[in-house]
Amino acid sequence: MLRAIYDWVDERLDITPLWRDVADHEVPEHVNPAHHFSAFIYCFGGLTFFVVVIQILSGMFLAMYYVPDIINAHASVKFLQNEVAMGAIVRGMHHWGASVAIVMLFLHTLRVFFTGSYKHPREFNWVVGMLIFFVMLGLGFTGYLLPWDNKAYFATKVGVQIAASVPYLGPYIATFLQGGDIVGAQTIARFFALHVFFFPAALLALLGAHFILIRRQGISGPL
Amino acid sequence: MSKKLSRRQFLTYTLGSTAGFLGAGMLFPMVRFAVDPALKKGQGGNFIDVNLPLSEVTDKPRSVQFKVHKKDGWYSFDEVLTAWVLRDKGKIIALSPICKHLGCTVSWEANPQYPNTFFCPCHFGRYTKDGTNIPGTPPPKPLDRYETKEANGKLLIGPLMQT
Repeated sequence: MLRAIYDWVDERLDITPLWRDVADHEVPEHVNPAHHFSAFIYCFGGLTFFVVVIQILSGMFLAMYYVPDIINAHASVKFLQNEVAMGAIVRGMHHWGASVAIVMLFLHTLRVFFTGSYKHPREFNWVVGMLIFFVMLGLGFTGYLLPWDNKAYFATKVGVQIAASVPYLGPYIATFLQGGDIVGAQTIARFFALHVFFFPAALLALLGAHFILIRRQGISGPL
Repeated sequence: MSKKLSRRQFLTYTLGSTAGFLGAGMLFPMVRFAVDPALKKGQGGNFIDVNLPLSEVTDKPRSVQFKVHKKDGWYSFDEVLTAWVLRDKGKIIALSPICKHLGCTVSWEANPQYPNTFFCPCHFGRYTKDGTNIPGTPPPKPLDRYETKEANGKLLIGPLMQT
């Protein structure tokens, strides 16, 4: 049945080469944990991507209930967490997943560093990876404000003040981040926009570049 | 296809179902979370004292306003509802004023051309005194009724009757 549907579509659109190109590639022995268990360190990049997928999915579902507004944000989070079925689980996935994503990303970075995989010709992919790192930090920073509780508010105040300490540009950066003079109504609106539109779009573009580069250049050799 | 399951096929099925199980474990909470409003039991069921002595309910429909506390997610508020209350063959009925055609608001004898009927101004829908839609006018069904109760000589109005 599934086979028949696939064949019907494939006959007309010729989709087999598309996924073959993505899926069929050599996995060298030195990165395959089935050969050397210590090769599990090569899994952290894929795990980071897996957690990012979970973040995107759970975030989409959370957006069904959440409103970015100073009056209702906290009430809507409280409602979706306590009164909607599985709310604690879905919000928990997003909450803990955010930390897990940063940890996995950091472990992946360490692996790349200690295996020297950032060296020529892969130095550009290291740069793309660093951009991904900053976008992920941006996602963490903007997402932290959205529940609009005390922790969120004061963490953002501190973060904005750190940004404000940049020489010369600091005050402008702070005003841009806050969308005004204080952390308030306009801040939560723009942090929401950054968190669900701007940063995810940048992240997907950078991930695309990251994956295309690793396919073009191949996985770096064994130590 | 041979009856014997090849090793490759066995592995494909095993890996496929494991992946499916893990994926379902991930997706189930999110989907359940999203469809929760459709699975939640409706609220309401409280009877509200509309402060109307039973002796004042007569054959002539009179409009009664009452407040219902509504909860809309994280937002709750008091909604003012109207019911047309009357005695029909000795039995008290409370009609919803929402027209069954397209949801406008009907009133008793709102149009002097049509005495002794509920009239909807939007498309001239009409109902008899007990809320039955008059054939030849737009409404397809009779007006909804609220559940009613009597206590200490006063009228209580409850949720809409399920028909």
